[in-house]
Amino acid sequence: MFWFLPAAYLGYFFYQPLLAIFNLLISPEWGFNLAALNLNRLWVPLRFTFAQASLSTLLTLILGLPGAWLFTQFRFPGKKTLKILTTLPFILPTVVVAAGFNALLGPRGWLNLGLISLLNLERPPIQFLNTFGAILVAHVFYNTTIIIRVVSNAWAQQNIRLHHAAKVLGANPWRTFWEVTLPLLRPSILAGALLVFLFNFTSFGVVLMLGGPRFRTLEVEIYVQALHLLNLPLAGILSILQLTCTLLITTGHNQLTSQKTLVITPRSQEMGVRKPRKGLERLVVILLIISLFALLVAPLASLALRSFVKLEPIRGERGEFQSGLTLQFYRELWVDRRGGLFYVPPIAAAQNSFIFAAVTILITVTLGLLVAYGLWQRSPINKVLDPLMMLPLGASAITLGLGFIIVFTRPPFSTFRFPILVPIAHSLVALPFVVRTISPSLHNIPPSLRNAARVLGASPLRVWREIDLPMLTPAILVSIIFAMTISLGEFGASTFLTRPEYPTMPVAIFRYISQPGALNYGQALAMSTILMFVCACGIFVIDRIHLPGKDIL
Amino acid sequence: MLEIKNITKSYQGKPLLREISFDVKESETVCLLGPSGSGKSTLLRIIAGLEEPEGGAVLWKSMDLCETPAHQRKFGLMFQDYALFPHRNVSENIAFGLRMQNIPKPEISQRVDDILGTINMRSFADRKVTELSGGEQQRVALGRALAPEPRLVMLDEPLGALDRTLREQLSQELRRILRETKVPAIYVTHDQEEAFAIADRLLLLHDGVILQSGKPHEFYHHPRNVWVAKFFGLGNLISGKVIEKSPLTVITKLGTIQAHCNSQEPEKGQNIALLFRPNHAIYNPKHGTNKIHGEVIDQVFQGEMYRITLKINADIPNFQVMLPEPARFGDKISVTYHETDVLCLKNGEG
Repeated sequence: MFWFLPAAYLGYFFYQPLLAIFNLLISPEWGFNLAALNLNRLWVPLRFTFAQASLSTLLTLILGLPGAWLFTQFRFPGKKTLKILTTLPFILPTVVVAAGFNALLGPRGWLNLGLISLLNLERPPIQFLNTFGAILVAHVFYNTTIIIRVVSNAWAQQNIRLHHAAKVLGANPWRTFWEVTLPLLRPSILAGALLVFLFNFTSFGVVLMLGGPRFRTLEVEIYVQALHLLNLPLAGILSILQLTCTLLITTGHNQLTSQKTLVITPRSQEMGVRKPRKGLERLVVILLIISLFALLVAPLASLALRSFVKLEPIRGERGEFQSGLTLQFYRELWVDRRGGLFYVPPIAAAQNSFIFAAVTILITVTLGLLVAYGLWQRSPINKVLDPLMMLPLGASAITLGLGFIIVFTRPPFSTFRFPILVPIAHSLVALPFVVRTISPSLHNIPPSLRNAARVLGASPLRVWREIDLPMLTPAILVSIIFAMTISLGEFGASTFLTRPEYPTMPVAIFRYISQPGALNYGQALAMSTILMFVCACGIFVIDRIHLPGKDIL
Repeated sequence: MLEIKNITKSYQGKPLLREISFDVKESETVCLLGPSGSGKSTLLRIIAGLEEPEGGAVLWKSMDLCETPAHQRKFGLMFQDYALFPHRNVSENIAFGLRMQNIPKPEISQRVDDILGTINMRSFADRKVTELSGGEQQRVALGRALAPEPRLVMLDEPLGALDRTLREQLSQELRRILRETKVPAIYVTHDQEEAFAIADRLLLLHDGVILQSGKPHEFYHHPRNVWVAKFFGLGNLISGKVIEKSPLTVITKLGTIQAHCNSQEPEKGQNIALLFRPNHAIYNPKHGTNKIHGEVIDQVFQGEMYRITLKINADIPNFQVMLPEPARFGDKISVTYHETDVLCLKNGEG
C-alpha cells in the first residue's frame, strides 16, 4: 500500500529515462552503430576516471585515517568546532567548494593576487585551476571527513576491554594497535574507502570547474557529448558504462557494511579519550589539527572574504580604481544588465533555486515517509523493492539529466526542459538520503508505544498523529534540510534541465565563474557565499538534532 | 465479567497457548504465573485486542469482543517496559487516554491530579518521563493505565525491572490501589512471591495450559504435580515406586518411605515422586520413621535456621534440610520425616 506512489514515481521518472538511455543504442531512429564505435572513446575517460578516483581515495586515506585517530584518541581545544566543520562537506554544493578553491588559489584568488602585488609580477605565479592537482585537492576536501566519520565511529565502538586485555597480555601500545585495533577497523576502513571512491568516481562539478577542459571523467564526457557535441548515443553508452561501474561499487560497499562486525559494545563517549602527551605525539596532533582546519576553513573563508573585497578594476572603470571592502558584487545580483548571461537579474536564480528546493522537499519527504513505512512493514516484496528504491543512489545526476532530456520531450512535458523537471530530478537524487534518515527513526519507535496508545483508546490514525508523527519530527526536519541543501546545490542534472530564463544558483555560479571579467567573478563568489550561508545554517540546525544512526550517514 | 474461552495461539509454528480458559470476577485480581516464554504476555495482548487468537474467544459480560478493536475495548494495559511516551511529560502521559475519550480539558486536569495523588507523584507532574527512575516510571505507567477508568486492568510484569526492596514497596502500593479502585485485574508475573502477594486467585501457566489454579496457599500445600513443586521450589523431590497402598509405602533410593497423599491414591506399582520439605525435617531423632542419613557438604545461614546440604549417596541428588543449629562439614547426621510430611506427587504433568 505504501509502495504504490513511490514505485509509480520512480518507475515513471527514474526507470523510464534509464530505459530510454538503453533504447538509444538499439533503436534504429538514432542509427547508432555499435560495431563502428571507437573503443578509445570509452576507454580513455574510463581510465582517467579510475585513475583520479584511486589517487584521490589514496590521498583521502592518508589524511583521513590520522584524522580518525585524532578524533577517537584525543581531547583538544576546538574539538567541537572541528567536529561541526567536518559536517560541512556533506552538505556544501560542489560549485561552492570549487568557487572557494578558486577564491583561494585561482588566478584571481587571494594567494595569487597577494604574490603579484608582493613580488610585482606580471602574471599569477600559482597555476592551480585546470590542473590535476586541483581536482585531487577538492576531492580530499570533500571526502576526508567521510573517512574520519566512518572510521572514528567504528573505532569509538570498539570495546575498550579488548585493548585492555591485549595490554595485560603483554602487548605494547603499538602491538595492540596492529594486532587488535587495526584488524577490527579493517571492514570500516574498506567501506569508507569504497564510499569515497564512489563519490570520486561520480564527481562532476569539481572536475568540470577546477579541472577545466583537459580532464574528462565519464561524467564530464557524458555532459560534453550530450550537451556540446549532441552525440546522444555516445553519451548513452558512456552512461551505461558509468552505471555498471557505480552499481558494482555500491554492491561491494553494501556487502561490506551488511556484515555485522563483532563486539560492538558502545562505550561512553569520553572513555579512553585523553590529552596528547608531550613531545612527538603532541607535535603530530597539533599539525593534524592545523591541517584539518586549514583544509576545511581556508577555501570557504577565502570565498566569503573575497566576495566582499574589490581588488581589480571592473570593466568600464579605467585608470584609478578604489580597492577595498565593497558590497558591489551583492548589489549587482539585483541588476538586470543588458548583455548579461541571463535574461533576468542574477538574484532570480536564487529565487528559482528556493522554489525548486521547496518543491523538492515536498516530493521527497512525502515519498521518503512512504518508502520508510513500506520498508518497515517487512513484507516479502521488500526484498525486490528495497534495492530498486535505492538504485537512484548509484545512478549519477548526469545520467538522470540525460535520460530526462531524451524522454520528456513529448507531452505532458512537451515544452523541452520544463522547469518542473528540475525539482523532480533533485527529488530522485535526494530520496535515498531521506529514506536513510527517516528509516532508522521509524524502526526506533518501540512497538509498545503504539500498543499503549491503542489500548488507551487511540484509533489507528490517532496513533500515527500522537506517536509516530512527533517521534519522527526530528528525522523529518533533518530530511527537509537534506532535501533543501541537495536541491540548492545540485549541479549535474540541473545543467541539463535548466532553461536560460530559469537558472538555478549553481548553474548561474558556474556560468559567471567561467566568464572573464572581475564583475562576473565577484558575482559568482557573492552568490556562492549566499549558498554557503544557507547550507551552513542547515548544518547548524542538524547539529542540534539527535537522531539514531545519523552519524553513520 | 471477563471470560476467556479456549484461546489458542502458536508462535513460529509451535503451540504457545492451548485452549486456555478462565474468568475474572468483579474486583478480583487474577494472577497469571509462569516461567518466561510460557505465553503470558501474548495472552494479555490477545485479551487487549492487540493480537488475534487462532481459536477461542474473549468475552466481556458474555459479549464476544472479537470484532472490537483494541482502542474500543476500554481495557487498561500496563506494559512490561512501561511504554511511556518519551515525547510527553508525566501529566500528558496520564492524560493521554482521557484525551482519546474527548473529555473536556478541565475534567482531564482534575482527573490527572487525582491520579497523581493516588500514585504519590503530584510533585512530578511536569517532569519528563525520561528523567524518572524505574520506580517512578512504573507508577506513571500504572497511573496512565488507570486514568481512563478501564473496566479491566492488565499488568504485564509491572515490577520486573525493579530491584528487590523497591519491588516489595511498590507491590504493597499496587495492592492498595487495586483494592481502592476495585477494578478487576489480571496480573502477569514469573515471580512467585509477587504472585502470592498480589493475587486473589492464581493461575499457573506452563506449556500452553493452565497447570493449576486456586488460592495462593493451595499451591503451597497441595502442589498438583512434580512440575508445580519444582517451580515453587517446595523441597527435595525423590522418585519411587508404590509397593503398598495402605499405609502408603514407597520404595526409593533413600530406602522404604512411609508417605501421605492429598488427592487420589496412587495404584500399587505406580511410579510417583515424593516431596520432602526442608523445614519439616526433624533433627537428631532418637527413633522414628523415614530416617535419612547423610554427610554435610554445605551449609548456609538463613536467618533463624541453617540450610544444610546433605550428600546421601552417589545415586541421589543432594538433599536439603533446614535445621535450627549448625553442623560441621563432613559430619554424618540423620533426620527423620513424619509420614504426614512426606507428600506423594504425580510424576507426569497431567
